Amino acid sequence: MKREELIHDLEEKAYLMRRETIRMIVESGSGHPGPCLSAADILTVLYFHVLRIDPERPYWEERDRFVLSKGHAAPILYTILAHRGYFPKEALSTLRQINSILQGHPDMTKTPGIDMTSGSLGHGFSASVGMALGGKLDKKRFRVFVMLGDGECQEGLVWESAMSAAHYKLNNLIGIVDYNKLEYDGEISKIMEIAPLVDKWQSFGWHTRRINGHNMAEILDALNEAIVIRERPTMIIADTIKGKGVSFMENDYKWHSIVDLKLMKEGLKGLGG
Amino acid sequence: MYKKSECLFESRFPALEYVLEEVVNENKKIIALTADISSRIVPRFVVNHPDRFFNFGIAEQNMFGAAAGFASAGLIPFAMTLSVFVTMRACEQIRTDIAYTNSNVKIIATGGGLAYGKLGSTHMGIEDISLMRSIPNMTIIVPADSVETTHAIREAVRFNGPVFIRFGQKENPIVHVNGLQKEFVIGKAIKLRSGNDISFIATGVMVSKAIEACNELKKLGIYASVYSFHTIKPLDKEAVLDAADSKYGLITLEDNNVNGGLGGAVAEVLGSEKPRPVKRIGIPDLYPVIGSPEELYKEYNMDVSAIVRTSMEMTKQDIG
Repeated sequence: MKREELIHDLEEKAYLMRRETIRMIVESGSGHPGPCLSAADILTVLYFHVLRIDPERPYWEERDRFVLSKGHAAPILYTILAHRGYFPKEALSTLRQINSILQGHPDMTKTPGIDMTSGSLGHGFSASVGMALGGKLDKKRFRVFVMLGDGECQEGLVWESAMSAAHYKLNNLIGIVDYNKLEYDGEISKIMEIAPLVDKWQSFGWHTRRINGHNMAEILDALNEAIVIRERPTMIIADTIKGKGVSFMENDYKWHSIVDLKLMKEGLKGLGG
Repeated sequence: MYKKSECLFESRFPALEYVLEEVVNENKKIIALTADISSRIVPRFVVNHPDRFFNFGIAEQNMFGAAAGFASAGLIPFAMTLSVFVTMRACEQIRTDIAYTNSNVKIIATGGGLAYGKLGSTHMGIEDISLMRSIPNMTIIVPADSVETTHAIREAVRFNGPVFIRFGQKENPIVHVNGLQKEFVIGKAIKLRSGNDISFIATGVMVSKAIEACNELKKLGIYASVYSFHTIKPLDKEAVLDAADSKYGLITLEDNNVNGGLGGAVAEVLGSEKPRPVKRIGIPDLYPVIGSPEELYKEYNMDVSAIVRTSMEMTKQDIG
């Protein structure tokens, strides 16, 4: 596939993933729409192009791993996993319902395709360090990709993990910060500033690259570069827009959770649903 | 063939270290993780297996989170540091990353109970058993001596799932001087003495004290059973109910807060299945004064003479 075609195809897929994600959150009546939409493009590129995975064999030892350390964005990941064939798409309408395999935050023991349980911020990232170290120890070729929220970077544990990944030269660990500048209570810069984020990761010994997290070409290039970096882990700082794709949600921190279910249904129409 | 780990060490750390070396030679999935305390616990392992050893520095939360990641990649991490930092600093990692996911991580906690009595409450693991007991999927083992230590480590390797193994003082008397008389099974207590008057349900360092107290009481005409409850979770209910058949009741003995530990677990079983008088010997619900472990055992009525005293009160009370 030519690059232009690939990018076009990924854009179309991301559009579909956004729609199905908002649909499942609307049906469920609860969930975190804003953080799902900011991560949608990056996760689409990972799961439909970059990750070496086999949905027929979710526990294949050599598979690339993905850890959604910002576990509250679970619905976008569930949508993508279902569309990649890890479980039937019908399951998506069971989000957050009793006995569902799809709970509010990812659970590796319940959902095929989830490589690490996450939701308590900072924890998924820490586990991804152990995964990457374990892979190197066993001379496995798999890579570990992990997505962090920007608000998550306020957790001390993130920096313990950052230190250890650089210390152990984990070039098989590739992180992405979904830098949408907003957290539950409002603007990150007003609540607890994390900037300068690129400088912080660099000073912790990471290779960094700052990109537009909604530009497929930039996402592809950054991931391809990260894969070949030696001796160091890579952190891609992706500037994103919380709520991206639904006009009234964009850059409004309140849409971290559902503000108005009726309005959200309207938003679904805007996504062609 | 005679194994080094089966030597009768007064100190449990060499036993831990030798058995870890033996199991790592048998199973290449085993790795050791520490948070800047390896030179005290497993110095030989670090030298002999540098490629299977990871020091995470003074960052316990990350060590336990990473342990879950290692386990997900098929390895068997033994993650070790001081119990207070294991069970409090990294409590959420143990609960969410390790136990909730039922990950095959072995947690080695040292300095449990009053072992670090001179260092102050910052370093005392005096609530660790209670904390770990409330975590689903967790298995809790507190070896009484180096013999139980060796078996506990080996069984932990065979067991697929999280195991918390807790050590107290570096050195304490050997309980099983002739080795184990029966198989070491996780969740099965070992009966060490039989007597009809009173039953001692003890764990860890308190087992040897219970045996000493049992010997003293015999001279006074009081006969006690002694059980080593090396596994606190899952609790051996059968052994608890067996111990409850004693004439005057039961005494639980643990180097942990009297709330929510072994005594609590035993009382829960008896309360619902076979109500009997229970006295709980352990660390009172407070932050201890400082002192050597032996001084503190005396201070908090956990030493042999206090156990004898409590036993006599229990028997008299019932008679009176």
